[in-house]
Amino acid sequence: MATYQLNVNGQSKKVDVDPSTPLLWVLREELKMTGTRYGCGISACGACTVHLAGEATRSCVVPISLVGNRRVTTIEGIAQDPVGRAVQHAWVEKDVVQCGYCQSGQIMSAVALLKETPKPTDANIEESMGGNLCRCATYVRIREAIKRAVEQMT
Amino acid sequence: MLANNRLRLLVFLFAPVVLATGVGLSTNARNERVGNAADSKLADGLAAWEQVYSVLTSPRCINCHTATNYPQQGDDRHRHFANIVRGPADRGVPALNCVGCHQEVNAESTGVPGGPDWHLAPLSMRWQDTNDRPLSSAAVCRTVTDKSRNENMDGAALLRHHEAAALVLWAWNPGRRPDGTMRSSPPLSHAEFVDATRRWVDAGIPCPRGR
Repeated sequence: MATYQLNVNGQSKKVDVDPSTPLLWVLREELKMTGTRYGCGISACGACTVHLAGEATRSCVVPISLVGNRRVTTIEGIAQDPVGRAVQHAWVEKDVVQCGYCQSGQIMSAVALLKETPKPTDANIEESMGGNLCRCATYVRIREAIKRAVEQMT
Repeated sequence: MLANNRLRLLVFLFAPVVLATGVGLSTNARNERVGNAADSKLADGLAAWEQVYSVLTSPRCINCHTATNYPQQGDDRHRHFANIVRGPADRGVPALNCVGCHQEVNAESTGVPGGPDWHLAPLSMRWQDTNDRPLSSAAVCRTVTDKSRNENMDGAALLRHHEAAALVLWAWNPGRRPDGTMRSSPPLSHAEFVDATRRWVDAGIPCPRGR
């Protein structure tokens, strides 16, 4: 076991966990922040996406020992960001969600996309969101919502 | 007296020929030795290159030297899962960058390999064709030694790259797979790889003939 001081959504959090514990489990089990979802556990589905120092990151495969002092942003904190707010509003407006399980990861990836590419093409959206799976196949609405968020921000 | 004069005349006439022949033979022998040494060095350099090539085309290296829009993974060199794409700077795309999973070091508990600035080699350094088949030894050698494609590296720089570049070194410390087993390493040790590179560089980075 080891003690780690994390910055999660702007708040300092101290956890005492095994160094090999994935960040996802620290968020869900230690900090009880269950908005970030466990999907596949091998970084293949994107449900566990958070931002590490602004970089969309698969929290299921990043051991806590490798997080360091990088800022962690989760779905619970994304509304603090103007792009995050725009994406969440667009998600509601376009009624993207069906079962909702993957959607926190979808939103975290969409925000990361728009922060780097404020006016993405369809190809940009397909490539950047291509690692986030949705078994309800809400992909068309996800694309519409991303475009709506772009409209809101311009 | 007459006999002595004839002898002097013969010596006078033929001595230069004998001398010249001797000098000629000596020069030829030296040239031959030099030629043999050069041939031997070239042969050793080409043999060393084949050793280097065996490493470059091993999965730990060639999986990220693709000619396609995606990296590969595994010893069977299959397409990287999760729809990973190369992106404009060989580092993935926003929200799906290489470093979104690949950290600065191997993540042993989750089986994700890592190293500093994890990324694909640029397309100029592709060592495969678009059907994911490794290029020939001659073709890879031409690519590696072409300064317009290799970030302007000469032989000495290539040696340094093989000795110390972080992602090169990673190939000999590739970590565990998600199932806990160790990833395979290239067919030579890193020391052998560097030694082969040094011999190849010392020979003037020769490339095999052919396509």
